[in-house]
Amino acid sequence: MSKPNSTFQFKNTVGERTFGFVDLADLMAKATPARSGDRLAGVAAQSAEERAIAQMTLADVPLSLFLEQALVPYEEDEITRLILDDHDKSAFSLISHLTVGGFRDWLLSDLASSEILIQIRPGVTPEMAAAVSKIMRNQDLILVAKKCHVKTAFRNTIGLPGHLSTRLQPNHPTDDLTGIAASMLDGLLYANGDAVIGINPATDNVQQATRLIKMMDEVIQHYEIPTQSCVLTHVTNTIECIEQGAPVDLVFQSIGGTQATNDSFGFNLANLAEAQDAALSLNRGTVGNNVMYFETGQGSALSANANHGLDQQTCEARAYAVARKFNPLLVNTVVGFIGPEYLYDGKEITRAGLEDHFCGKLLGLPMGCDVCYTNHAEADQNDMDNLLTLLGVAGCTFVMGIPGSDDIMLNYQTTSFHDALYARRVLGLKPAPEFDLWLAKMEIFKNNEQFTLNHQLPDAFHKSLNRMIGGRS
Amino acid sequence: MSHDIPKSDIPKPNKSFSTHPHAEPVTENAWSKLNAFTDARVGLGRSGISVPTKHLLAFQLAHAQAIDAVHTQLDSNALAKALVEQDWAKDWTRNCAPLLLHSRATDRATYLQRPDYGRRLDEESAHKLDEHRASTSQSYDLAIVVVDGLSSLAVEQNTLPFLQALSGYIKGWNIAPVCFVEQGRVAIGDDVCERLNAKCVLVLIGERPGLSSPDSLGLYLTWGGKVGFTDAYRNCISNVRPAGLVYQEAARKAFYLLNEARTLKLSGVKLKDRSDDDLIVDTSQESKNFLIS
Repeated sequence: MSKPNSTFQFKNTVGERTFGFVDLADLMAKATPARSGDRLAGVAAQSAEERAIAQMTLADVPLSLFLEQALVPYEEDEITRLILDDHDKSAFSLISHLTVGGFRDWLLSDLASSEILIQIRPGVTPEMAAAVSKIMRNQDLILVAKKCHVKTAFRNTIGLPGHLSTRLQPNHPTDDLTGIAASMLDGLLYANGDAVIGINPATDNVQQATRLIKMMDEVIQHYEIPTQSCVLTHVTNTIECIEQGAPVDLVFQSIGGTQATNDSFGFNLANLAEAQDAALSLNRGTVGNNVMYFETGQGSALSANANHGLDQQTCEARAYAVARKFNPLLVNTVVGFIGPEYLYDGKEITRAGLEDHFCGKLLGLPMGCDVCYTNHAEADQNDMDNLLTLLGVAGCTFVMGIPGSDDIMLNYQTTSFHDALYARRVLGLKPAPEFDLWLAKMEIFKNNEQFTLNHQLPDAFHKSLNRMIGGRS
Repeated sequence: MSHDIPKSDIPKPNKSFSTHPHAEPVTENAWSKLNAFTDARVGLGRSGISVPTKHLLAFQLAHAQAIDAVHTQLDSNALAKALVEQDWAKDWTRNCAPLLLHSRATDRATYLQRPDYGRRLDEESAHKLDEHRASTSQSYDLAIVVVDGLSSLAVEQNTLPFLQALSGYIKGWNIAPVCFVEQGRVAIGDDVCERLNAKCVLVLIGERPGLSSPDSLGLYLTWGGKVGFTDAYRNCISNVRPAGLVYQEAARKAFYLLNEARTLKLSGVKLKDRSDDDLIVDTSQESKNFLIS
């Protein structure tokens, strides 16, 4: 318990005890459900009671206060400037009378229809989304996210209600093309890859990225797959790839929620704008023009020593302001990758995954989730099954797909090709419609409605496979 | 009673499904032999749409091994003793036995949640190094710091063979007493380097274990390591293990970087690894793969 004095902006007396919170950032941090990264940063509530009191105090804060009090100074941070300069007052007018607590009630109510939630988007700041998420239960996060519809398109249509897409992630520890092709074939024949075929390169330079981009482009063209490719290299590398004539579909960048975080990643908003323009100039999309792919994850700001005393979930939500500026095709919160010093166990990873998905969707992002864990976290496949199922119910835009959950390059576990089919079957979630038609045409799905795979190897792949392993085994 | 049901009420078998009670529940994949070309778990087959039992259990075993690699304590005493017995290490251990050190993280649970503790030596270890420094006027070219990191298995399996390979390259270098650190992170090498006043530090550390690589050793080189240095000051060589970057190759790369660092008096982003620049590769056909060629 802290002693109240004049240095506290917020005070709350419960019984005999008065709790004080220095400022809005302090209040937000202490109201955050418990996680190791906030303890590491030294911003977490000191007790369960202090956390509950902080949540009650936060619930009484008017949403408009977030427009008056920037959590990271406007003068120091281009993301704060982006958030405040782009804020749409008329969209905000529908909710401007609400407190954080009232906002939760409003979001859960029938007043907040899918259409209205689209209308208020430009009026909601990341801090408002983060604040309300802190006083929402997991089921609240799921219920409201499901109402938020975000549709994007490039060579197929992503994010339609009742759909779930997958990123086929054929990583290989030496970028060996045969190894990558083997994982791609495996994924395609398990009906994965409609969000993107995306490789994290082991060797991260322009030459290697170009080689992998060409390789994926040739496969996509050869089999006429209605999907897009991406090499997850630094944005400045991708700009060079485009200048050198590489067939770039999507531009990738890891993004954080403070300027100092992005400085540590070696880019700024102007770089992203330049990259977006370059990718748009190639005009490679057939049904849409969303050309950006962003990845985020709670803990990146603290990891870069750039969190400005904020809790990691608020920093994460601020990254979504960066994302939405550039109309991405996909945004992926890589929730369990960063390690147990930020999210300790399955419970913390699950909570963070649902928060990120909710905040992203509320702000209008095509939010997917890398449902994942590392071997030094207290988590296992059962935790992943739980989070995948919850996100499927919440209308998550996409998840990862890799062979047997084992990423042999990044050394972590994420959802498998099989897992995606599990989510489709139990929740009835379809792939992107253009991709679904392709799966039927290629005879990969024998029954698209029941997500039943062909028992036979589809004809179109016989020749390739024979070339590699001989015979029809 | 089933025999009472009129025939017309029995659902007709759907042609697309096998309804024979003894039909094989696991569908094997025609492309399962592709696993000869990658460690990725391709072509697992399926029970319905789920992972077959044998592959589920194999995965759980691999995960169990990776967890054990994280949580099994490094026997640094035994490893230090084994080092002293090596002929090739005589020059390094003649004047001073290896030093056994510990970070400020008291146990593994603390280590996992407080990376800041893992980056600094505990008081006793710091004192040990300060005492050594005060006892000698040696000028050390290199400090070798062996750290458990996230895989004691990696450290136990790869440290001696790698150091043996490296020893051939750095004959004549004045090596500081080899340090073994428990519950350490990469940056703890800087604490050691600064206290020993060594010109350069090479950290050998157990990397985050993957399912197919619980035994991967990482190498981090820093010129003039000091407490507070960020990754921008370090050069990294990853995945050192028999099934990854083999010892001779790792030693060749490490020596290239050590030599460059010594010449340029720096390390990190300004020190580029050009150790492979003499390997000329024909890149004209290299994007081709079996799916399209």
